[in-house]
Amino acid sequence: MARVVSISSKVRDLTGGLDAFDVEAATVRGLIRALEAKFPGLGDLVENEMSLAIDGEIHQDAMLEPLSPGSEVVLIPRISGG
Amino acid sequence: MSRTVVNAIVNGEPVAFLGGGGQSLLDALRDELRLTGTKEGCGTGDCGACSVIVDGRLVCACLMLAPEAEGKRIETIEGLADNGHLHPLQHQFLEQAALQCGFCTPGLLMASKALLDRNPDPTETEVRYWLAGNICRCTGYDKVVRAVMDAAADLRQEEKPR
Amino acid sequence: MSDGNQPPVDFKVVGQRPIRPDGVDKVTGRAQFGADFHLPGMLTGRIKRSPHAHARIVSIDASAAEKLPGVKAIVTGVDLDVGAGGDIEAGEHAAAMKDVAANVLAGDKVFYQGHAVAAVAATSPEVAAEALDLIVVTYEILPHVIDVDEAMMPGAPVLHDDMYTKGVTPKPAKPSNVAQRHVMGRGDVKAAFASAGVVIEGRYTTAAVHQGYIEPHACVASWGADGQSTIWCSSQGQFLVRAMTARILNLPLSDLKVIPAEIGGGFGGKTTVYLEPVALALSRKCGRPVKLVMSREEVFLASGPTSGASMDIKLAATKDGKITAAEMELRYQAGAFAGSPVNLGCMTAFACYDVENLALVGLDVVSNRPKVAAYRAPGAPMAAFAVESAIDDLARKLDMDPIDLRILNAVKDGAKTVYGATVRYSAFIETLEAVKAHPHYKAKLKPGQARGVAAGFWFNIGGESSAAVHVDEDGGATVVSSNPDIGGSRASMAMMAAETLGLPIERVRCTIADTTSIGFSGSTGGSRVTFATGMAVVEAAQKVVADLKRRAAQTWECDIAHVEWRDGVATCLDPSKNVKPLSMKVLASKSAKTGGPIAAEVSLNAQGAAAGYGVHVCDLEIDAETGRTTVVRYTAAQDVGRAIHPAYVEGQLQGGAAQGVGWALNEEYVYNKQGLLDNASFLDYRMPVASDLPMIDTILVEAKPNPRHPYGAKGVGEVPIVPPLAAVSNAVSALVGKRMTALPLSPVSVLAAMGKG
Ligand code: FES
Ligand code: FES
Repeated sequence: MARVVSISSKVRDLTGGLDAFDVEAATVRGLIRALEAKFPGLGDLVENEMSLAIDGEIHQDAMLEPLSPGSEVVLIPRISGG
Repeated sequence: MSRTVVNAIVNGEPVAFLGGGGQSLLDALRDELRLTGTKEGCGTGDCGACSVIVDGRLVCACLMLAPEAEGKRIETIEGLADNGHLHPLQHQFLEQAALQCGFCTPGLLMASKALLDRNPDPTETEVRYWLAGNICRCTGYDKVVRAVMDAAADLRQEEKPR
Repeated sequence: MSDGNQPPVDFKVVGQRPIRPDGVDKVTGRAQFGADFHLPGMLTGRIKRSPHAHARIVSIDASAAEKLPGVKAIVTGVDLDVGAGGDIEAGEHAAAMKDVAANVLAGDKVFYQGHAVAAVAATSPEVAAEALDLIVVTYEILPHVIDVDEAMMPGAPVLHDDMYTKGVTPKPAKPSNVAQRHVMGRGDVKAAFASAGVVIEGRYTTAAVHQGYIEPHACVASWGADGQSTIWCSSQGQFLVRAMTARILNLPLSDLKVIPAEIGGGFGGKTTVYLEPVALALSRKCGRPVKLVMSREEVFLASGPTSGASMDIKLAATKDGKITAAEMELRYQAGAFAGSPVNLGCMTAFACYDVENLALVGLDVVSNRPKVAAYRAPGAPMAAFAVESAIDDLARKLDMDPIDLRILNAVKDGAKTVYGATVRYSAFIETLEAVKAHPHYKAKLKPGQARGVAAGFWFNIGGESSAAVHVDEDGGATVVSSNPDIGGSRASMAMMAAETLGLPIERVRCTIADTTSIGFSGSTGGSRVTFATGMAVVEAAQKVVADLKRRAAQTWECDIAHVEWRDGVATCLDPSKNVKPLSMKVLASKSAKTGGPIAAEVSLNAQGAAAGYGVHVCDLEIDAETGRTTVVRYTAAQDVGRAIHPAYVEGQLQGGAAQGVGWALNEEYVYNKQGLLDNASFLDYRMPVASDLPMIDTILVEAKPNPRHPYGAKGVGEVPIVPPLAAVSNAVSALVGKRMTALPLSPVSVLAAMGKG
């Protein structure tokens, strides 16, 4: 079970206003599948447009990262810069 | 648009080019003579990227009409190094990292040369006010001012009879 | 000047100040920037722009222009063909490509003065200008709105009738100018305010400001009869230009080659396209190369700027200065299309401080201004202006030293940021302490002077990069980088390669490759190049070293474990072998006999970028007659990890500080009643010049090199523009005896604050 937290307005539009929820997943790939199943469109959004902070470390593209039970995953808009 | 042949001395060499209409010296240098070292940042005399020296005077090439160059001696960035030897200003700009993007650099170098030609020992304030017509957005001017001061010292050293 | 905590390292090249490899070209006028390129048969392009702030395009009649001799092609919005696919990562975030396309050439509406409507390519600039005049555009003028707060009011003219605020549940019933609503926070803000010892409140505004690069946007595009095209342009990312242009014209990427020119400053403003798709569309129509160059006026009207902002902030603290909660609403102008960096403003606002309870709301608001582009630490300086002003108020209220107050509240490693990242490898406290110990901070002020202090944060990013290292036959090396060099990155790339290879810096040169000659790379932005592309360079150099060792072992017929590589020479450690060391030169010259050319290319997605923190101190005085503010002393300190080329790192700090001072004191977009920009020139949009500034002292804090980078680098380019707004404003506020809340601090507003208005 991973705890998913979002700070993105686009996510909120797909979750009916929820900013935090639990998802069953052992990898980021699994997480994205689970998100898509729970909130259609969210998996795609996360895969294509979001960065993830997994237990505090930001990953711009994190498909292969493992998740441990109780991992916290924060969905954040991609950061780039000037 | 009527164009006339303009004869001038650019970096010590006689040149002839077609100029006319509203064409500026800057456009003539860049487009007719392909001396693209002189840059255009504004075209309105406000940034100094197009600084060149005409008959010993610092001018914004974007404000001077091309036909006005007739019979004049024009110095541009391409002529600042002497036979492949960098001018002390060029040398100090490199030493001191006085350029980042380098787009303002040709103008700053020509403006600085015009300053040192008339004032071999400027104060920091004199350098800052003289260069106030040359905008650099990258460096914050700190290293530029230092480079000009140090180049002035180098030049004074060179001038000294040994 | 480094601070004393530097760990002992024995680098030979890293940390030195060699002359940059591209230096001579740039001081002799040989460097080719965007507008310097010339092709045979090249045409001049020009763009026709909207004279109105907001209007519907009823019709565009180009028939007279088409007949003008010398006119070879005319394009309008209908010539664009935005391909399908997701958004493209750009400047501050993913760019919605349909918006980028509609910005490049308008669809059925123009949203700001200067919005591109049509373009021509002609045989001379004069013919092109005449053709623009002959294009007749019929407009139906619509009511406009410029100010961000007005754009949010009920009854404001709505720019996009399909814009329903994202992030609001349930979906709003009506369209509005609020594109998105971001919310982030944690803890129990209400309770914290209820039990606060001190509460600070304020409303702050900043003006829209332009990146102000001196080189206007410029490109040459050449369409080939077989559909393969080439673009030469100055940008912050050749791959980004390729992706966006290809998408807007619906072309396969492999048919488009983008060759990066030298770039005359970008600061984020060249992380998008304005001209390239238009030039290529023109070239496609007439089969000839087309050059497009913006005038300075066009740069102001139709490129950049960054958002002006309006912000409300509230802090709760204990009586001894510990900040317990903060509430903030940030309203950022996006310009004509959604996409202000307000989310980044929210994320960075309190990133320097450990605040338990936070509630942040960010609103992304469109109005009839040019579409904003990234500008150095996008979104952060405005938010920091409000936060650092409020903290200054708190310090005054509690009579605390402003640095001590910040040390008390500073984030430490292990703290959690509001956006989910854990703070790591941070030297914020060390940076604050370095400032406190610096002579500037201890120096007595003269009468009539005041001092301001402020801090700032930027994430810094990693991401995708590619680089190659080629060993030349004579034992030197060439680094091929995938990122345009805006501020001397060729030097740092060459230095890291030289350090890894064990070569003197003069034996390593660096070139910037076009899109066909190196693997993909993200743009030069986000302070990522030294970190991410540098990592690719070092890994490529390490591969080369491994290969050299293998070749030496082969030559000596010994175990590779017995080969040591040091200072560009392989030495055999096997005592049973009596062999002479093999230099890079010898190994390179014999490479054919040991397996062929020696080279390596690395493509990676760099993780582990470390954030940066800056602390600036500003002393200034005010002319009581004119209200003009003069900065008399300035010091910028920053947590830089390890400075690869300290002179260029100092340059980043100095340049960022100067831009920030301009933002604080002079720069702004001034609109008239018709919604037209009144100051679209360098004369009227006044950026700092040499006589406006003092020397800018720097403190490079190298206490915590980033362990995730081979040489400890952290991004350094963006942090330094974050603190100056408040550093300046805090000093002005101290001098006038009143909190200044609106930037720029023009002489008029300063006089008014002094009661002399
Ligand atoms: S281009 Fe001549 S002053 Fe700017
Ligand atoms: S170095 Fe870029 S403008 Fe001066």
